[in-house]
Amino acid sequence: MKPGEVQRPGTTAALGVDVSAFAGRPLAEVFPAITRTVGKGALGNGWSADEAARAKLLAQASAAEIAELYRYGDTTEKLAILKALELEDVEQAVGAQGTALLEDAIRTNDQRLLATALGPYATRHLNTEAFRQAVLKCVFAGVPLAAVHGLPARADDELRRMMADFAAERRAAGRSVPLDLQPYLEG
Amino acid sequence: MRIFDPHIHMTSRTTDDYAAMAAHGVRALVEPAFWLGQPRTSVGSFVDYFDALIGWEPFRASQFGIRHHCTIALNPKEANDPRCREVLDVLPRYLAKDGVVAVGEVGYDSMTPEEDEVFAAQLELAKRFELPVLVHTPHRDKAAGTTRTLDVVRESGVPAELVVVDHLNEVTVKEVADSGCWMGFSIYPDTKMDPDRMVVILQQFGTERILVNSAADWGTSDPLRTYATGQAMLAAGFTEDDVDQVLWRNPVAFYGQSGRLDLSDAAAEDTFAGNSILRGARS
Repeated sequence: MKPGEVQRPGTTAALGVDVSAFAGRPLAEVFPAITRTVGKGALGNGWSADEAARAKLLAQASAAEIAELYRYGDTTEKLAILKALELEDVEQAVGAQGTALLEDAIRTNDQRLLATALGPYATRHLNTEAFRQAVLKCVFAGVPLAAVHGLPARADDELRRMMADFAAERRAAGRSVPLDLQPYLEG
Repeated sequence: MRIFDPHIHMTSRTTDDYAAMAAHGVRALVEPAFWLGQPRTSVGSFVDYFDALIGWEPFRASQFGIRHHCTIALNPKEANDPRCREVLDVLPRYLAKDGVVAVGEVGYDSMTPEEDEVFAAQLELAKRFELPVLVHTPHRDKAAGTTRTLDVVRESGVPAELVVVDHLNEVTVKEVADSGCWMGFSIYPDTKMDPDRMVVILQQFGTERILVNSAADWGTSDPLRTYATGQAMLAAGFTEDDVDQVLWRNPVAFYGQSGRLDLSDAAAEDTFAGNSILRGARS
């Protein structure tokens, strides 16, 4: 846990939402429309009402259903799925294919998707090469490194080498080097 | 002058266009799903296109402080290709999305039996998802096509106030005005309508239930035709308030019927304070 961070719920049971009202309706239509029912008010635990409701639905879904929801999701739905991966029961529901969702998000140029993909689930499951590339892409795209859950713990010599090269390229072009890169360039 | 372009195909436009639109007062727009010039041959091509309309394109628009919504449908041109018919099966997924504010563009191109079926099926979807409908009228045989369009809408039971019949001109406007449907006009550099002809129609029919769009796409078109029409209205003696009604309040009222129009934040969706979102788009 990073300094100043609130204690985050570990499972959907701790989120404090009830989605029983949606039982029996097609998930493919309930999931995208849920904000219009539950709103997006903050629950005070780091989750909004719609994010929490979506997480709850995911915990009850099969791995194939989760993959399909992600495949057809708009950006808000994709963000909710990526965020929910940090919850134990959602992690279990998604199974081995969770990393494919991360990879899809990391391929985009949308900083919101990139940052959310690099949450605790990525720290646990993304392989070293993919993690390094994703971090470098964050630097490139302007996602603050403070948003990357796996840093500084997963920073290794090769990542520091990549960051140093990036900084050198920036300096050669007469462009500024992002401040949050500095701690990785020393020593 | 604040502008809501109710019909523009931003997928085909550049970031220069977004910048120019923002500089001329465009704060919100609706991008209808239509055809792309090059015919598609599989459902997958449509799905990727729909994904762009609810994913990448709103992101691109937000970088210029422009709010992007879309409409989703199987367009009448490609409704005639049996390889594309199964697009109808994926529509419910998309019609449930927050950013989708109408079913469209539907209607007629060549008025074939296939177009009849697909049009009717999508009017039923509009009822099921309680969405307004954006109806394209054919470029050829327009008057007959418009009459037939209004008949089909009437038979469907979709209330007239939930329907905009688009690409109208001097010949087709009267019938749509009498039907109770909204009247849509696409202002083009050469064809369809121009700003001065639009002003004459506004003088004859008033400023209510009228939507003015640029319909800019991959052809010869101009995303600032909405602005040009506003200027032409002022030059002809319309008030600032008249212009605001036509270019902002009318589209807000029409698409607002979806209950999904979100204009709360017409500014760029900054993910992180102090970071330029533009940088990532170029990466």
